[in-house]
Amino acid sequence: MERLTVSDASALRIAPHIVFRFDETRQKWIMMAPERLMLPDEQAVEILQLIDGKTSVGGIIDSLAKKYSQAPREEIAKDVTAMLQDLADKGCLADANAG
Amino acid sequence: MPTQVDPPLALLAELTHRCPLRCPYCSNPVELERSASELSREEWQRVFTEAAALGVLQVHLSGGEPMVRRDLPALIATANGKGIYTNLITSGTLGGEAELREFAAAGLKHVQLSFQDFTAKTNDRIAGLAGAHEKKMKFAAAVRAVGLPLTVNMVVHRQNLAGLPQMIDMAQALGARRLEIAHVQYYAWALINRAAFLPSREQLDEATRIVEAARERLKGVLAIDYIVPDYHAVRPKSCMNGWARQFLNVTPSGKAVPCHAAETIKDLDFPSVREQSLADIWYRSEAFNKFRGTDWMPEPCQSCDRREIDWGGCRCQALMLAGDAARTDPVCALSPDHVLVEQALNETSRLPAEFVYRHFS
Repeated sequence: MERLTVSDASALRIAPHIVFRFDETRQKWIMMAPERLMLPDEQAVEILQLIDGKTSVGGIIDSLAKKYSQAPREEIAKDVTAMLQDLADKGCLADANAG
Repeated sequence: MPTQVDPPLALLAELTHRCPLRCPYCSNPVELERSASELSREEWQRVFTEAAALGVLQVHLSGGEPMVRRDLPALIATANGKGIYTNLITSGTLGGEAELREFAAAGLKHVQLSFQDFTAKTNDRIAGLAGAHEKKMKFAAAVRAVGLPLTVNMVVHRQNLAGLPQMIDMAQALGARRLEIAHVQYYAWALINRAAFLPSREQLDEATRIVEAARERLKGVLAIDYIVPDYHAVRPKSCMNGWARQFLNVTPSGKAVPCHAAETIKDLDFPSVREQSLADIWYRSEAFNKFRGTDWMPEPCQSCDRREIDWGGCRCQALMLAGDAARTDPVCALSPDHVLVEQALNETSRLPAEFVYRHFS
């Protein structure tokens, strides 16, 4: 198995057996992985909600850049890529075009 | 009283104390519960339903060996149906692909498989079961064949630490995404056998160096969780992230406890899920409130700037080593009882590495 490297061209999906859902008790979005629980912040939740197994990372960055037009695209790209790479390294994301 | 009590994040369900293995560092209590006292399927299903309503997000199905329970698929289905993330913690010595397919169909999300060593010889000697290693290797392949994510749990100590690099290779070869390298924690059976397993400072430092290098090399491929033996620490572990802050454990017979060793604290009356709701137990029972927050703390914890990081360390360890669950964990270098830990470390280096297997008394 090889490390998944996140780039503009990557299309990602939430990895199998990772649960990303809204928790009614805490009124927060949660991400559950094997023996791990994450509470993504508002910004991360927005990015995760754009992951649909089709849109490329570049496409996700484009739509965020359009919405937050006061921030330069390259800055958004840097933040989004770093966040997604971190989640990929934790095994929470998978390549949408693989297996 | 603590200011605010949050809902629990996770429940450790000790479905049974029965197990084909006899590991001499087993974390089950020395007084093992017998099968006749175990909660029924309906009782566990009620516990999981109440747990979900209380806000529990993850259930760890453990034991003993949870696969001795024939009703495991039904229990997984109930928890999963309530939105709980289910994790099976197993020795992998009972059953295989057919059972795992049933578990996956019921909604199981993850399997944690324990090993006692990377060699069959040491693995089977520590487990006290011939052929255990071979069964575990087959079980790991079956987990991957079914498509479930696999964590390998490798228990390490002074008798097997030299093979740490090979253990990491083995986890990778088995297709695990996660490896838990867990140094023995000295409670219950492990406390009885402490002298046989406690590593030296040099062994621990070497192990830590190997883990750090492997983490860097295997980033994004194999995540490594590393649990150190706290006897060598300067500050105590944040045991359970604080007493009754995030976790609860239900024993085979239905006792609810904040951690799996808490029953050693004999002057606490732990409530039973047969008699009280999980919500009553979590929010209102005396046992769960006893060491919550920081008000109960003695000095030097009370004025320590780490009191909400370490939460005073481990209550059970304070009892075992210093004779009082309400004292500072003696592992802390600031504890007035810290000399007891130093004595244990000195003593270990002189004692032979003999141990007794866990057994029903």
